Amino acid sequence: MSRESVYITDFVSLKNNQIKHQQKLLYKADSFLELKSFLKESYKVIGLNYPKFHKMDDLCKLGLLASEVILKEKELKTDTAIVLSNASSSLQTDYKHQNSLQQHVSPAVFVYTLPNIILGEISIKYSLKSENVFFIEETFNAKLLNDYAQVLLQSGKASSVVCGWINLINDEYDVFLCLISRKGEIPLSVENLEQLYLFENE
Amino acid sequence: MKKTYLLEDAIISPLGFTTEENIEAIIQLRSALRFHENKRFPSQGYYAGIIDADHLNSVFSEMASPNNFTKLEQMMLLAVKQVLDKNLQLDLSKTALIISTTKGNINLLNEASNFPKERVLLHHLANIIKDFFGFGMKPMVISNACISGGLAVAVAKRFIGLGNFEHAIVVAGDLVSEFVVSGFQSFQAISNAPCKPFSMNRKGISLGEAAGAVLVSSKSDKDPGNIQILSEASANDANHISGPSRTGEGLFLSIQQALKEANVHAGQIDYLSAHGTATSFNDEMEAIAFGRANLLDSPVNSFKGYYGHTLGASALIETILTKHSLLNNELYMSLNFDELGVSQKINIIKQFEKRPLNLALKTASGFGGCNLAMLLKKEDHE
Amino acid sequence: MNDLHTELKLSIIEQLNLEEFSVEDIDNNDPLFGDGLGLDSIDALELIVLLEKDYGIKLTDPDQGKEIFSSINQMASFIEAHRTK
Repeated sequence: MSRESVYITDFVSLKNNQIKHQQKLLYKADSFLELKSFLKESYKVIGLNYPKFHKMDDLCKLGLLASEVILKEKELKTDTAIVLSNASSSLQTDYKHQNSLQQHVSPAVFVYTLPNIILGEISIKYSLKSENVFFIEETFNAKLLNDYAQVLLQSGKASSVVCGWINLINDEYDVFLCLISRKGEIPLSVENLEQLYLFENE
Repeated sequence: MKKTYLLEDAIISPLGFTTEENIEAIIQLRSALRFHENKRFPSQGYYAGIIDADHLNSVFSEMASPNNFTKLEQMMLLAVKQVLDKNLQLDLSKTALIISTTKGNINLLNEASNFPKERVLLHHLANIIKDFFGFGMKPMVISNACISGGLAVAVAKRFIGLGNFEHAIVVAGDLVSEFVVSGFQSFQAISNAPCKPFSMNRKGISLGEAAGAVLVSSKSDKDPGNIQILSEASANDANHISGPSRTGEGLFLSIQQALKEANVHAGQIDYLSAHGTATSFNDEMEAIAFGRANLLDSPVNSFKGYYGHTLGASALIETILTKHSLLNNELYMSLNFDELGVSQKINIIKQFEKRPLNLALKTASGFGGCNLAMLLKKEDHE
Repeated sequence: MNDLHTELKLSIIEQLNLEEFSVEDIDNNDPLFGDGLGLDSIDALELIVLLEKDYGIKLTDPDQGKEIFSSINQMASFIEAHRTK
C-alpha cells in the first residue's frame, strides 16, 4: 500500500464539555457539566444503546463515545487495528483502586486499572479481532501515531486503523480519535494529524 | 522487509541478575516463589517471586546511588546497562528505546517515599532511563497488560522492518505491589500454593517481579547462531475484558497469522513457550488455541512456576529464555506441573532435555483480550 | 415482597451499574446470569464483595457463588441463613 492512498477518513474530539465531529459541533453543554453528567448526556446525544457502557470506567466511556461517533454505520473490516495513546495511563481509576485498599477492593474497578482495557472494549463493541496497542506519551504525538499506522498498513497487518489520544486525569479529559483508511480526502500525515488535533482543541 | 534479530539480553529477577544466572537456576529447577505474609488472604499470605531490595541496592550502587532510583528503575537500568556494556559500538543517538510495563512505579501511590508522585507516570519512567544512558530518540512506552513485553519486541521489529530505525533497546519490568496483589486477590485469582501451570490441581496465579532488556537489531552479530524474529502477530479476542475467550480465538488468530507471515506450518515448530498463568480459564483457553492451531505435539512449557507472573515483563523475559532455549538446544522443564489439567493433550515438557532446536513459538495473552504470537528462528550459516 | 429482596435488587442495580433496570424489572426467580440480567464473571466477583461488605458473609470458594447467585430468592435465603450483620 503506498503512502499516498491512505487518508484520515473521519475524526472526532471530546473536550471541555464539547463533542466535535469533523470540526462541526455535535454537542455542547449549556453550562459546565461534571464529567459524569457530560458522559451521560453524550451517551444520549450520540444515541449509543449499549448497557455495558454503564459498567465501564470513565476512560473507557470516553473511548466508546468517541468510537461510536466515527465508527457507527461504517462497514469495518475485522482487521481494523486500534492504536491509542495518552499521558496518564489508567491513573484516574488507579487512584480509585488505591483508595479502596484499606476497605473492600472491587474487581470491577481493578479490571480497569490498565490503559489497554479500552482497546478490548472497542474491540468487543465493534467485533474487531485485530492488532491493538496502547502507547504512553507525555503529549499528543502525531509522529508516533502516523508512523505506527503506516507500519500496520504497509506491512498488511491492518486494512484500516482507529487511532488517537484519550487522556483523563482529575476528571479532565482530552480525546481525539480518527479512522484511517483508503477512503477520504485528507491524506494521512504527521502535519495533518497535528493540525486536526490542534484545531479540535481550539 | 529487513530481517530482525534478538541480540544481547539481560534478565533481572529473584533467580539472578544476568540471563546466565537465570538459566542456571532454571536448569537446577529453582523457583523464585516464596510465601509472603499478607493479612488480605485467608491463609495469611501468598506466594510470589520478589527481588530482595537490599541485594538490588548493593548491586545497583556500583552503577549509581540507589537513593535516587526506585526499585523498578534500578531493575530496568541494570538490565539496560548490561546490554549496552556488551554493545559499546551502539550509537545511542540513533537507537530507539522502548519501555514496556503494566503498572510501572505504581507502588509510589502508596508508600511513604522520597520520590515525587510524578514518578508514577510511565513517560516519566521512560525519560529516566533515556536520560541515564543518553539515548537520543524520544522513548516509546507500551502498556498493554500481560503481553506488553512481547508486543514491545513486535513493535520494534515492525519499525525496524520498514527502516524507521536499525536498533532498539526493548526493556520491560513490573513489580509485585499491594496494588496488584489486592486486585488479583479480588479476582480470586491468586493460588494458595506456588502456581502450577496447566496442571489438574492448579489454583491460580502466583505473582512475580522482574525486568528484562534486549537489543533488537537489523544487523546480526554472529554467524551462525543468530536468533531471528521471523514473524509476529497480535489479535484481540473481542470477547471479554477479563475472561479469556472460551475458544481461544484471539490467540489462535495470532498464531495463524504469525505462521502465515513466516510461511511455516505448525509441525515445524520445535518448541512452544506458552503464557501458562495457571488460572483455570487461561490455561484451558491456551490449550484450546494450541489444539486448533495443530500444536499439540510441540513440546511446551510455562516459566510461571519459576518466576510467578511478572505481568508486563513476562512476555519479554520469556522471549529471552526462548531465544536461549534455541541457542543452547535445551528444553526447560515446566516447573510445578503435576497431571494434565486442560482438555487438550498438550505436550508438556516434564524434564530438562537437550535436543536440536531451530524454530520456536512464543505466545502471550492478557486482560483486555489481547494476545500475541512470535516466531523465533535460529539461523544457520548465511 | 419483603425488604431484603428489594434491598438486594437496589444494591445489585447500584453496585453493578445496571442503569437500564429498576427494581420492578427484576423478578425474584429471574436468573441473574445468562439470559436474565446478563451478568458476567466480574459481576459475580462483585456480588461476592457485596455479600461480605453488606452482610458480613465471606465466600471462600468462588464456585459456591454459582448456586447462591442463581436468583434473588436464592441469594436472599442464603443471606438470611448466614448473615453476620
